[in-house]
Amino acid sequence: MAQENNNKQMSEKEAKKKEMILFLSNSEEKESFLSKQNLKLLSDPLNDDNPITVQVLGICSALAITVQLQAAVVMSLAVMVVMAFSNMIISLMRNLIPSRIRIIVQLVIVAALVILVDQVLKAFLYDLSKQLSVFVGLIITNCIVMGRLEAFALGNGVYKSFLDGIGNAAGYGVILIIVAFFRELLGSGKLWGIEVLGHKGATMADSTGLYALGYENNGLMLLAPMALIIVGLVIWVQRSRNRKLIEEA
Amino acid sequence: MKWIRQRLDKMKEPFSKGKKYEKFAPAINALDTFLFVPNHTTQRGAHVRDAVDLKRVMITVVIALIPALIFGTWNAGYQYLSQIQDQVGFWEAIGEGSIKVVPMILVSYIVGLGIEFAFAIFRGHEVNEGYLVTGLLIPMIMPVDIPLWMVALSVAFAVLIGKEAFGGTGMNILNPALTARAFAFFAYPTYMSGNTVWVHNAYQVDGVSGETILGKLAAGTDVPYNTMDMFSGLIPGSIAETSTVCILAGALLLIFSKVGSWRIIVSGFLGAAFMAFIFNLLGGSYPNNDLMNFPWYNHLVIGGLAFGIVFMATDPVSAAQTFKGKWIYGFLIGLFAVMIRIFNPAYPEGIMLAILLMNVFAPTIDHYVIEGNIKKRKKRVKAQVKTAV
Repeated sequence: MAQENNNKQMSEKEAKKKEMILFLSNSEEKESFLSKQNLKLLSDPLNDDNPITVQVLGICSALAITVQLQAAVVMSLAVMVVMAFSNMIISLMRNLIPSRIRIIVQLVIVAALVILVDQVLKAFLYDLSKQLSVFVGLIITNCIVMGRLEAFALGNGVYKSFLDGIGNAAGYGVILIIVAFFRELLGSGKLWGIEVLGHKGATMADSTGLYALGYENNGLMLLAPMALIIVGLVIWVQRSRNRKLIEEA
Repeated sequence: MKWIRQRLDKMKEPFSKGKKYEKFAPAINALDTFLFVPNHTTQRGAHVRDAVDLKRVMITVVIALIPALIFGTWNAGYQYLSQIQDQVGFWEAIGEGSIKVVPMILVSYIVGLGIEFAFAIFRGHEVNEGYLVTGLLIPMIMPVDIPLWMVALSVAFAVLIGKEAFGGTGMNILNPALTARAFAFFAYPTYMSGNTVWVHNAYQVDGVSGETILGKLAAGTDVPYNTMDMFSGLIPGSIAETSTVCILAGALLLIFSKVGSWRIIVSGFLGAAFMAFIFNLLGGSYPNNDLMNFPWYNHLVIGGLAFGIVFMATDPVSAAQTFKGKWIYGFLIGLFAVMIRIFNPAYPEGIMLAILLMNVFAPTIDHYVIEGNIKKRKKRVKAQVKTAV
């Protein structure tokens, strides 16, 4: 009796597995790995559908961790890992998740991934992870991550969702790096921690490079409002180059 | 006169439609209308045309600024020379001050108008006159010793982000001159506050403090000036904000020409006096807080309060538009200015932040004033209908 039951369970599991495989292979349409459509998933978020400048998501972290280029790059990579894998996992599970509790499921998966990333950063890049402090943890609530899960991963195949995650994280990262480039260069006269504009000594005579000419670092660049203004300027430049983004008034 | 007109028409030729320099037409038109009243008139219908256009309004403000500017130039020289010699001649002080002030004004106009012209050509609209006032205001509210490139950068920031990003003259949310000062203040704090920036070369003279009165009060040191000094403006400070007398002279011109709103000016001073008076009353329990115990009438004549209320808060673009709104707007500016002075030692002068804050809230104030008016009228109509029935 018990064995029969067991067998039944086994066959049920087997059936489910088959269903899963069938469903996976069906969902992946027969198209080449980097078809035009798939490439579009990667390239769209970089410009036409940029998460920060067009969808205006994830602004909070763009303000907080763009004082230094290094931190911005690490943050973008962290977001990329989280987005790619959470998109993939949610897409795998998308037909198993009851829609009423999907947000909680998404949160659990994103949180698990973020903890993994956080631990890796702590283990290998301790100083940077200290600098990023709470903002790695806050990737959990990053609107872009949840937005892509809701808007894309829940309705698309695994591989496509993976590409979508990479693409959107790259779009996010590009803006982050642009903003951080200007903020670090003008705010502290450095790039990637290297003093590119010369060394600022106690007096003008002790200084080298631009500082010897009386140049000063721009303190406003280190404050969050300036990040917002730079994002605004990026949007301005982007829209004047890409006319279709301008809404009809 | 005719000769200039003819020369100008000749000069304009290559800029007319279909000609070589058509793109640059806004630039030459701006020069034309700057010198002559435009001769194009409305073609159809009856329209009342007033001789007062934007240019005349702006010129009135510039004239109103002149007393404060001349005094500021003299004071900049006087504050410096009085440290190193016993007798200071009038022209000597003016000359010394001009060396500092004139380059700042030139830089401000060249950079600001350069950006305005570039945008006018790029966007194909006319050059607006708004910058005539802004360009003069910006150097007037800077410390004497600020490097010129910082002035240039602040001007560029104010015109680009404060004005052009919103659509140019008349569309800005914040007062552009104060945007420039706020930029400089947060970007280069060591050049915009402290005790060495207000008097030229103050740190090179032993035993002389160039600190402003507000700085001294915040630091808890004695103030060597009496109320009359503060009122006439013989004190260190940003270039043109020290003399309340000269500012009031400008204020009278603004009020009588109806260019500036007297409601904002009066309510601004009332708000500041009210807040300072309350702090004076509370001051008894905080004997160590010099700013709190500073008499309320002195609060009105020191720092940039008068200059800010008269010339910046009345900026018709960024101020409230309704009459009742103007009272509220002005009163809150004065109130917040004194509050920031007393409660925030990091910002010894609060008028800049107070005006910028209220600029942001001005549309909200107007909205509620208008809503209130609509409600009142509806009630009145209802009452009338009732009595009629």
